[in-house]
Order: sequence, then C-alpha cells, then structure tokens
Amino acid sequence: MATTAALHAHAPQGFIRKYIFSLDHKVIGLQYYFLALVAVFVGMALSLLMRIHMIWPTAVLPLIGEIKPETYLSLLTMHGTIMVFFVLTTAPQGGFGNYFLPIQIGAPDMAFPVLNMLSFWTTFVGFVVLIAAFFVSGGAPLHGWTGYTPLSALPSAGPGEQLGADLWITSIAIFCIASLMGALNFITTTLDLRAKGMSMMRMPLTCWAWFITAILGLLAFGVLLSAGILLLLDRNLGTSFYVPLVVVNGQIMAHKGGSPLLWQHLFWFFGHPEVYIAILPGMGVASQILSTFSRKPIFGYKAMVYAIMAIGLLGFMVWGHHMFMSGMSPYSAFAFSVMTMAIGVPSAIKTFNWLGTLYKGRIRFQTPMLFAIGFVSMFVSGGLSGPFLAQPVLDIPLHDTAFVVAHFHLIMGVAAIFGIFAATYYWFPKMFGRMMNETLGKVHFFATLIGTYCIFMPMHYLGLAAQPRRYSQFTEVAYLHRLIPLNEFITYVAIITVAAQFIFLFNLFWSMKKGAKASDNPWEATTLEWSTATPPPHDNFGGHTPVVNHGPYEYNVPGAPRDYIMQTDPVTAEAH
Amino acid sequence: MATLSPTIAIKDVRPGRGGAGVRPPAGGGGDGPEGGGFSDYGARLRRARLGLIVGLTSVLMIFVGFTSALIFRQGVPTLDERTGQYIHDWLQVNLPIPLLLVNTFILLVSSVTMELARRQVTRQAALAPVRSIPGVSVGDERGFPWLYVTVVLGLGFLAGQWMAWRELADRGFSVATSPSSSFVYLLTGTHAVHLAGGLVALIYSSAAALLHKPVEARRIAVDVTGWYWHVMAFLWIYLFALLWFTR
Repeated sequence: MATTAALHAHAPQGFIRKYIFSLDHKVIGLQYYFLALVAVFVGMALSLLMRIHMIWPTAVLPLIGEIKPETYLSLLTMHGTIMVFFVLTTAPQGGFGNYFLPIQIGAPDMAFPVLNMLSFWTTFVGFVVLIAAFFVSGGAPLHGWTGYTPLSALPSAGPGEQLGADLWITSIAIFCIASLMGALNFITTTLDLRAKGMSMMRMPLTCWAWFITAILGLLAFGVLLSAGILLLLDRNLGTSFYVPLVVVNGQIMAHKGGSPLLWQHLFWFFGHPEVYIAILPGMGVASQILSTFSRKPIFGYKAMVYAIMAIGLLGFMVWGHHMFMSGMSPYSAFAFSVMTMAIGVPSAIKTFNWLGTLYKGRIRFQTPMLFAIGFVSMFVSGGLSGPFLAQPVLDIPLHDTAFVVAHFHLIMGVAAIFGIFAATYYWFPKMFGRMMNETLGKVHFFATLIGTYCIFMPMHYLGLAAQPRRYSQFTEVAYLHRLIPLNEFITYVAIITVAAQFIFLFNLFWSMKKGAKASDNPWEATTLEWSTATPPPHDNFGGHTPVVNHGPYEYNVPGAPRDYIMQTDPVTAEAH
Repeated sequence: MATLSPTIAIKDVRPGRGGAGVRPPAGGGGDGPEGGGFSDYGARLRRARLGLIVGLTSVLMIFVGFTSALIFRQGVPTLDERTGQYIHDWLQVNLPIPLLLVNTFILLVSSVTMELARRQVTRQAALAPVRSIPGVSVGDERGFPWLYVTVVLGLGFLAGQWMAWRELADRGFSVATSPSSSFVYLLTGTHAVHLAGGLVALIYSSAAALLHKPVEARRIAVDVTGWYWHVMAFLWIYLFALLWFTR
C-alpha cells in the first residue's frame, strides 16, 4: 500500500532522531517514564536518609557522614520537590499520557510533535537544575517543597538558601514552562485528533483523566510561574513582594512591607490542583483496569466523567484549606472548609463506582488488577482523613504533625504511585512486546501494599500523639520518648519496602529482554491501543485509520461472540 | 464567468471536526515540514489556532497571577519601624504617560498592519491552488510588505518601552523603590518578553517567505502570530489601565 510505505518512510532512522530528540510521542512517553524512574529512586533514597536520621540522629553514615539539622531540611525539600514534580506529575501524565493518549483516541501522534519533544527536554533540564542544587556551595534549599517565604526569599536565612534556593526556583519555573507546553499539546490533541467515531463520550476514562489533568495544569502552572518570578525578584533585585520587615541574625533586611501570605495564596492556588494533577491519571488507569479485569463495563461511565470534572473544578476553590494556620478570617476558613468537604462527593462517586464495577465481576487477579485495587484501597485510606483535616478546628492541632504526613502520602503519594505501577504492569506488554513476570509482580505488590500501610498508618497515631513534622531531631524530647519504638518500626519497614522496589526494577528490565512474548491484546481489552500491533508501529496504526464503533468498556455484552467487544469491532458484532 | 480578484472572499477550508472523523495529516502531526495537499493545511490551521487559544490561556493565567498579587500587595499595610504604626508603602509612580501613549499608539498601529498582513497571506494561500494551474494568472501576488512593517513597529514599541524604563529610572523609580514601581517593571517586562516572542515568530514568518516555503505553511504561521499579536495589544491596554488606576 502506497500510503503505508509513505508513512513508514517518515520513521526516523538515525539513533539521535529515533531515541534522543525523537518526535514520536511513544519515545517521548518512555523518556518521561525513565526520567521519573530515576527521579523516584533519588527521592526514595532521600526519604530513607530522613527516616534513618529521625531515629538515629547522631549516626554517622558511610559516604554522607552525620546528617546535620540543615541537611535534614534539605533532604525534606528535595524529596518533596522531586517526588511531586518529577515523579507524580511526570510519570502518569508525561509518561503514560504521552504514550497512550494518541493511541487511545486513534491519532498518529500528538498535535504538535516538536513542542512535545521540547516539553520533555525542558523537563529534563529542570531536573538537572534541581539536582545541581545539591552540589553548589551551601547545598540544597531548606524551605520545603512549598517554598514558604520569607525563608525561601532571604539568601541569608540558611546555608541552602543561597544559590541552592535560586536553582530550586529556576527548576520549578522551567518545569512550569514544560508543563504548560505539555498541557497545550494534550488539550489540542484530545479536542482535534480523535479518530472517526471517537466521540468525547466514547473516550476511555484514562483519556478523560489526562484531558482534565492537562486543563488543571494549564491553569495552575501559569500562576506558579508568576509566583516564582516574584520570588526570584525578591531574592535578587531587592523587591518586597513577599518579605516584610525582618531581622536575620540581628541584621535588619532591606525588604519591607511584603506579605508571606501572598506567596501562600499563589503557591496553593497551584498546589491544590497539583494534587489532582498527580492523582487524576491514576483514577483513569484504575477505572480502565478494574473494568478490564472484572470483565464488566465500568459502573456509571458518565458519572465517572462528571466526577473527574467536578474534582477538577472544585480543586481550584479549596486552596485556602492549606492555610487555616495563617490566621485567616473564620468566614473564609468556613467557605474553604465546606468546598473541601464537597470534594468528598465526587470522590465517593468514583469510589462506589469502582466497587460497583468489581461487584459480581469475573475478576482476574493479575498484577495490574492488584495494583488497581491497591490504588482504590490507598485512595480510600488516605481520603478518609481528608474530611478531618478539612475542618479548621481539627486542622489547627493536626496541621504540623505527622497526621498530615500520613494523609497526603497515602492519598497523593502512594495512591498515585500505585496508579503508576498498575499502568506499568498493564501497558508494559504494549510498550515492550513482552509480558512482565507475574510472580515477581505479585511479590512486589504485596510487599509494597503491606509495607506502605505499615509505614503510613502508624503516622496517623504519631500525629494524634503530637509528633511534629519537619523536625529534624526529637529523640531527646521527653513526651515523644514513648513514640520512638513506633518510629523505629516505621524506619525498618521503610527500608524493607524500598528494598522491595528493586524487585520491580529487576522485573522491569529483565522482562524487556527475557519476558514471554506478548500478543497484541494479552488482557483481552477493548480500547484502541490493543487493536494495533505490539509494540505499535511509528504511526500507531500501520497506515490505516481506526474507525470507532463502540464505547470503551463493552465487556460481557449479551449476544456477543466473546466476552468483550473492541472499540474498532464492526457495528454488527453483537448480532453474530 | 467569475473573475478572480485579490479581494475574493474564500472561507477557511474546514474538512470537519475531530469527532466527526478527520484523518490527521500523514507523517504524524502538525508542525513537521511535510504536509499533504491543501485540505491538510486546513486541518493544520485549525489545530494551530486551537493550540494558540490553549497556549494564550496559560499566558493569561500568568498575568492573572500578577494581577491578583498586585491587588493583594497594594492592600497590605506595613509596619513602620520608626513610628511603630502600620502604614501603606505604595508610593505613587510618576509614569511617563506621553511616552507610554506613543508606545500604545505604535502597538495599535502594528496590530492593524499585522491584520493587513494576515489577510494578505490568507488571500495568497487561497489563490495558491488556482495559481498552480498552468496558464492561469491571477496577477502579482506580492503586495505591500505589511509583515515587515509590523516587525519594525514591534521593535519600535519595545524600544519605546525601554525608553520608558530609562525615564522611570531617571525619575527615581527603580525596581525596588516601592512595590508599585516593582509591579510597573514586572508587568511591562513580562509583556515585553511575550511580545518579543511574537516578534521572533514574525521574523520567522518573514524569513519563510524569503526561503520560498509553501504559501499555505506561511499562512498558518502568520495567521497564528497575528491573533497572538492582537491579544498582546489588548493585553498591553489592560496592563496600562491597571498600572494607571493602581499607580
């Protein structure tokens, strides 16, 4: 076929054009994925160092030496920043979104491939700039991933607040620009490149999640970028947007009249939608996998779509719940509190729909399914502490304790990571043409599930017992003495759980070379990526254009010849 | 028999919307150098415009962030260390109004010339298939170089803004003098950076004409840059008004 030949002729041949500066969304998706993989191991190593320091504050570690209090704060800052930006935002959206959004809607590529390549490489530069903060004089910044002013605005405020903090802000600004370019591409692709028959309401829920996530990113990252520019000006040009009259080490600073709360408002206007940027793609993946492995249509497809939209919309109206401690008016706090609790409604709709999907399903407990169920489990466990923290009267005593650490790690960190794992095990056969090892996958799942619960569940208790967060050293504090054994337990489990991740790493790379050959549709799923070759050709569908005749989750349709109808099956498939 | 004249009105070719089933251009995507026939350019133009709308949303969010910061910061009282009283530190900025008005005029004129350039290339693109028929002549397609005029006016605006900065500094308002002057520099500077981005796109479009790129591809570049340019002009009027009313 002439067109096929022409299309294949477009596939770049040289190594650099094919693997480094590739315009192919699949290669770019993998680049994002592996960047996030490197980042997650860096972030995890930092968290281990923190856990070790918490229980043995004076231990001298090989290569690193003794962790000083300011080093602890640097670890905390870099752990949060790396995980939130370069893992939880990068892997689910940049990685899987890039790889599978065009295929799932039947497009040959993203709308703007050059822009797509630019957004990956911009992200990469952002990561390098961030990591560079470790190696400059003074080291990495101390101000936490939220970068609260005036600490983050004053170079004299601490050792890491000099060049390290400038690099941190620059890295975030670069990441913002990359994310804005990515969001532009995702939105345009979803609106403009859908195949014939792929109406919006026939899109898989993964595509809906990536689409809404892109809209959130488009609106949120611009505001973070503006906040970051103001912070850079405060730090380097002597303006006073954020810094009030302040005395550091007995010296009056030149700044005057700025408001630290301005930073908090701008930051959290981004920061809360960012939570949903991290978790929405996981919700999409969980919906996709629960339906496929229960052999049932997703329960309430439309409700799921509207719930994603509602979560996205409400996500922009609740940023103030991060600032209950700031002395805001009780009326504002009340409004933010009510809006926050309102998010429980669409979240509950999603949760019950997931359970409804499982109910009476012929469930196949393969590794992707286990991680999808694990996602729901983490989402519920982490989500249930949300309504507590949404109330100012409860948030004020709990805010600076380990309770909040438990809450956001379960719902944002671990749940989103489970979404990433589920997506990895689910799409690995399509991406690499081989199956991942099931036994290793299950060992990895149970180790991670039990491990993360053992780490984060006791933290709720630690928080209620008033163990403060962000403190580098508390073993000498009398009232916390009785909490030391529990802290030791958490650290031991953390070490084991981190070790278990090497099972995943081994399985990932071993299966790429030695895994069993995968067929085009090993999970007997319905969406478009399973109707093309494994791995997909350069233009995704080998020169022909898919035509969509069915919804995304038509499992067990009465009268159909098999228990699933693919989206590309002819209309008459039911009548066979 | 119809005669073809340069004022012929030809609507954009719209083969259909995504959901209605359009085959995207071969070769995977929109911004590659390859393209198929005329209809592909229609799809690419539509996609580029959609991308522009989405991209402009993010640009506007940056200015939304700055605007809310300005309103917030203007209302924050500050402690005066000498008197122990809360005061407002928002000094009235002595803006160089005549110069800024001249700049505004230049930018608005450039928006008009940009629009003329956009319509000119749209006409050329519409007539391109006709011109490709052997033996058919529709006259000289080269008109007044509106694109170059726009580039010159855009550079003139940026130079004018630079002069306004110098003037402000001469009047004693540096970036850190007062939050009010900080915002003047911040907003004009960020706007200038965005306008400079538009200028780069314009210069690329002009170069594309010299490099004999297909007129349809040039049309997409000029069209998208044109809309971007208009938005930047409106944005400047908004920022000028904001700075005037909050000075």
